[in-house]
Amino acid sequence: MWKFLLPFAAFVALVVLFAFGLNPSRDIHALPSPLIGKTAPEFKLTDVLDPTRTVSTEALKGQVYVLNVWATWCVACREEQEELLAIARQHVVPLIGLDYRDDQDKAKLWLTQLGNPYTAVPFDGDGRTAIDWGVYGAPETYLVDTHGRIIFKFISPMTEEVWEKEFLPRIAAARSGA
Amino acid sequence: MIRPRPPRMASLPLASMLPLASMLPLASMLLLASMLASMLISVPAIGAVPSLAQQAPAALDDHAQLRDPVLQTRFERITKELRCLVCQNESIADSNVDLAADLRRQVREMLIAGRSDDAIFQFMTDRYGEFVRFAPPLSAKTALIWGAPFFTLLLGGFIVFRVVRQRSRMPLDE
Repeated sequence: MWKFLLPFAAFVALVVLFAFGLNPSRDIHALPSPLIGKTAPEFKLTDVLDPTRTVSTEALKGQVYVLNVWATWCVACREEQEELLAIARQHVVPLIGLDYRDDQDKAKLWLTQLGNPYTAVPFDGDGRTAIDWGVYGAPETYLVDTHGRIIFKFISPMTEEVWEKEFLPRIAAARSGA
Repeated sequence: MIRPRPPRMASLPLASMLPLASMLPLASMLLLASMLASMLISVPAIGAVPSLAQQAPAALDDHAQLRDPVLQTRFERITKELRCLVCQNESIADSNVDLAADLRRQVREMLIAGRSDDAIFQFMTDRYGEFVRFAPPLSAKTALIWGAPFFTLLLGGFIVFRVVRQRSRMPLDE
């Protein structure tokens, strides 16, 4: 009897395995961040639009904020720009735009021509802050709570659906829990 | 006169040596199909290799070699063991994307600052997770990865043992 059941069981196991492994809606390149639940790495950088202004995690302490990693060379960042502008108009949270490995003049031009969704634009020209945050591409979007902990990371261009389903509920929860 | 017995194993057809193939026809066909499919998918990648090879991989960084040959050896070994998160199947030693260059710079600086190999691997794992290492250390989480080959070997050995024993009990037919 087991001679017939065993192949069948193996077949079912393979179907389950392939259903997971070959699922087209799963992004196989998106990696879970080990920083979720940990204190957000500190940085102190100058602002792209005003080099006399410093942007630091220290100054953001105590508030829920979103950190969006972007760059002018990043095609997908151009894609999410409209959505970021829409999010900025909601005035829900400060939107910090970490300008990753970029040219400062190009970044300025981008923000003046396409619109600036950010409350502050820290400039990470050599990518050191990005390494601390575990950034491996752009765009990436982090959510930090009132205790300064990273509670969520989203890899890919921001969409209205992701903002409403993944970010807004977490922002509300982070505020009520504080 | 006693006729010498023919060696039993020699008369076995190859298929009986592969119990999986005879026991799990459907599953093995599926496996074979998926292997063929993955081979087909990787064909363009293989075709792309010569053009990639034409770029000089030695000139990845502007930096000169580390002055201390011991440090340089450690640098080469560590960067080969760290995965480039962008290309994911290349090490940061081989990749020429920007992130890999940044991570090489990080390793170089930490080596010059006198940090240990463990400290460097820990630095990377804290930021990018275990996935950044090609050979993650043995832990409860990675036990399955490290144990799977041995488990499979044992399972295969067991199946072969059973089949051979079963066949050895069969009457010889000539």
